Amino acid sequence: MNNSLTKQQRMAAAREKINHKPNIRNRRLVQSLAFTFLWIMGFTTIAVLIWIVGYVFVKGFPSINMEFLTTRPAGGFDGEGGISTTIVTTVYLVIFTLAIAAPLGIGAAIYFVEYANEGQTRNKIIRWLVKTARTGVEILAGVPSIIFGLFGFAIFVSYLKLGFSLLSAGLSGACLVLPVIIRTTEEALLAVPESYREGSLGLGATKWQTVTGVVLPAAIPGIVTGIVLSVGRIISETAIFWVTLGGSYRLPQNLLSSGRTLALHVYMLATETRAFDKAMGTSAILIIIIIILNLAINLSSKYFQKRLSGK
Amino acid sequence: MPSLLSNENLKINAQKFNLFYGDFQALKDINVDIPENAITSIIGPSGCGKSTFLRSINRMNELIPSVKTDGGIYLDDEDIYTQDVVELRKRVGMVFQRPNPFPKSIFDNVAYGPRAHGLKNKAVLEEIVEKSLTDSALWDEVKDNLNKSGLALSGGQQQRLCIARALAVEPEVILMDEPASALDPIATLKIEELIQNLKKEYTIVIVTHNMQQAARASDYTMVFNMHPDRSGYIIEYGKTSQIFTNPQEKITEDYISGRFG
Repeated sequence: MNNSLTKQQRMAAAREKINHKPNIRNRRLVQSLAFTFLWIMGFTTIAVLIWIVGYVFVKGFPSINMEFLTTRPAGGFDGEGGISTTIVTTVYLVIFTLAIAAPLGIGAAIYFVEYANEGQTRNKIIRWLVKTARTGVEILAGVPSIIFGLFGFAIFVSYLKLGFSLLSAGLSGACLVLPVIIRTTEEALLAVPESYREGSLGLGATKWQTVTGVVLPAAIPGIVTGIVLSVGRIISETAIFWVTLGGSYRLPQNLLSSGRTLALHVYMLATETRAFDKAMGTSAILIIIIIILNLAINLSSKYFQKRLSGK
Repeated sequence: MPSLLSNENLKINAQKFNLFYGDFQALKDINVDIPENAITSIIGPSGCGKSTFLRSINRMNELIPSVKTDGGIYLDDEDIYTQDVVELRKRVGMVFQRPNPFPKSIFDNVAYGPRAHGLKNKAVLEEIVEKSLTDSALWDEVKDNLNKSGLALSGGQQQRLCIARALAVEPEVILMDEPASALDPIATLKIEELIQNLKKEYTIVIVTHNMQQAARASDYTMVFNMHPDRSGYIIEYGKTSQIFTNPQEKITEDYISGRFG
């Protein structure tokens, strides 16, 4: 034990050290260097993004007009015509793919989160299956889209003889976005406070009533985000649809018709024609759609947050 | 443990009840009689199984996968572990430590239980909502705002909303897990008054860390303690007046006088 005098002296020495002027200048310098460095990194990222989007818009806008939007592509080396049928095909494909993937993915996620972990699930085989399925979802989420395309080509196009069609493309696309929907839905469900479930079960509601009455409504913002992300994915993929949807620029008549999405059209214009301006015009439209989708996510999550917090 | 209830009806009764989390025994040999239309408080140091026992009465403990029980808890002489859990929880309602209203309107919060049990008639639902909110002393504060979200209420109001929600399914027993621990003193007092009024119609079992609350608000008091292996047991049980004025066990005396816990 030191006596109080030495303690005071030591405190004074420490205080002197803290007040040491050169130290604070040094720290200020490091601080401003770090700040500048981070600022440059942030600015560079944004600048590159603006450059890309700006370039596409500047090159693309001259070819965008009502005629471009409302006539169908006419083929040829000059990539004549507009993009009307590709917009329609994109919409068809998005709707059809989600009609398959959304119920499957949301259902699977509900099972994994709400039912598979339950006390009653003590059966070892079921537990093993669930674990394998969840690992499978993780792996599928990282598989390149062309692999799904090759699978779709081998199974749906060739083996099941569905040909290059909306059906083949929709089924393959569903395989592609399924992991996205499952994972975002799982995360949304896991974020629902356990106290909601306890409150509902404590009132004598069944598991199913609890899931549909309290858990799903609270998880909807997250689930909607997953769906919109999937829409973006379907709109922007090319490789997978190149080998399953074919590339016909005619308007699809039924589920067995071939077709061409916007992104696929960009790819074909760029590789098979010299209509670079039209590829850029189509790209600009694509980017605008993606921006609108992102705004939709923001708006909907703000809306749901408001509704859930009750303010 | 011999029955302490002379002139009251038995509502809940535990016989040699044991509960395990995996290999760990959390409750050992719980034998207890809980009387009808009375307030029974459960006190004791942290981690000795008070909440676990409370949650055993409406089988909320089953939400934890590793839980195993043996022995029995009986509600009106029927073993709760062999009856339908949904039916049981309709009869034995629960109010939790933290207010947990659903992210729905005040009306929908209270109507949730009756709706889950199949009631659709709007007029009847409105009547139940009004009665439940009146019984939980919240009606006057919210009657003009039934469409407002339950989450927009203050903490104390939220807890009374949760009590109204529990009352709406007309349970026989209400379990309360430290219902006022997250509230300020005024809101706490309101909840205590409310609990006093509820005992005319309901059997109430309440876990509390607040000695004054147990002494003020309950008719019977159950004191939990821990064995050296950390399993919980009831060290003393009796009329609240007797437990607080003339405890039979040294540990009870130390605990209620704040010397440990």
